[in-house]
Amino acid sequence: MHVMRHAPHGTIYTYEGLEMILIMAAYEQDLSVVFIGDGIYSLKKNQDTAGIGIKGFAKTFMALDGYDVEKLYVDRISLEERGLSEDDLVVDVEVVESSRIGELMKEQDVIIHH
Amino acid sequence: MLHTINKSPFSGDTFDTCIRFFQPGDPVLFIEDGVYAVQNGNKFSEVLAGVLQSNPVYALKPDLDARGISELAAGVATVDYEGFVDLVEEHQVNSWL
Amino acid sequence: MKIGILLKEGPYNHQASDTAYKFAEAAIRKGHTVDAVFLYNDGVINVTKLMDPPQDDRQISSRWNELHKEHGVEILACIAASKRRGISDEVLIDGGEITGLGTLTDIAIRNDRLLTFGD
Repeated sequence: MHVMRHAPHGTIYTYEGLEMILIMAAYEQDLSVVFIGDGIYSLKKNQDTAGIGIKGFAKTFMALDGYDVEKLYVDRISLEERGLSEDDLVVDVEVVESSRIGELMKEQDVIIHH
Repeated sequence: MLHTINKSPFSGDTFDTCIRFFQPGDPVLFIEDGVYAVQNGNKFSEVLAGVLQSNPVYALKPDLDARGISELAAGVATVDYEGFVDLVEEHQVNSWL
Repeated sequence: MKIGILLKEGPYNHQASDTAYKFAEAAIRKGHTVDAVFLYNDGVINVTKLMDPPQDDRQISSRWNELHKEHGVEILACIAASKRRGISDEVLIDGGEITGLGTLTDIAIRNDRLLTFGD
């Protein structure tokens, strides 16, 4: 399980995390990606990074589907705290309670935070 | 599952966030700047006391010593790096950053 | 127990490299196997032999070299992350290696635990 916890652009963690996810997915690992806290901002619609000179990558999350990474979870509290809803996100996700994510974490062999 | 927390609770939301996700009984280990969470009498004392009701809490002794923290909230146990290894042997790990 | 370590932060700037090293040392002392330290993000800077701290400070890349030499720990830097940051074969410590993220996948699979240190 990969856990996205940083906002995009301000630091590279989410972008390089996504690169890691794409490679691991190519190795046919059973992957899930969870967005918690500021990690949710990487999925926000209408990001235009032209002005800051950094390549945008929100759309790359849409490609995860093609890599059989189909389990994208968003922490409901994190989403609501930010005044966002599912409609504000570039991909289809499953919005779940923290306790559910906690249960999923407990089942994992490996968890990597980005 | 062992949860490690390495951020000061005053500078980031790792502690606040992590406690929403761990399951009752999961051990929590504070390392690096995370150990500021267990100093007795700080503003996180109440939250920490709540955590201690359901989860064992540890802090890495060399990190406490390095930061001059000797008065710990009641119920918090300390481990050295060997103790950290033992916890990892007993549990899968969730390294919160 | 077989352990893999993922180190995501550069040396000196953050305590992550020190904690990872201390943890690895303790695990080896207790008879466990530390299979590999995989360096990602700014963590790749850990493998440059060019670092030259003041004499009274620890030499972080030498520590990794020592873990490799004495205990067979693989010290691996991600190639994509290394290229971004100017880490190449020419600056690698003895025993260090630049490799792909597929190797990290193998490390995650073949070890009992994968611990992450970083910011």
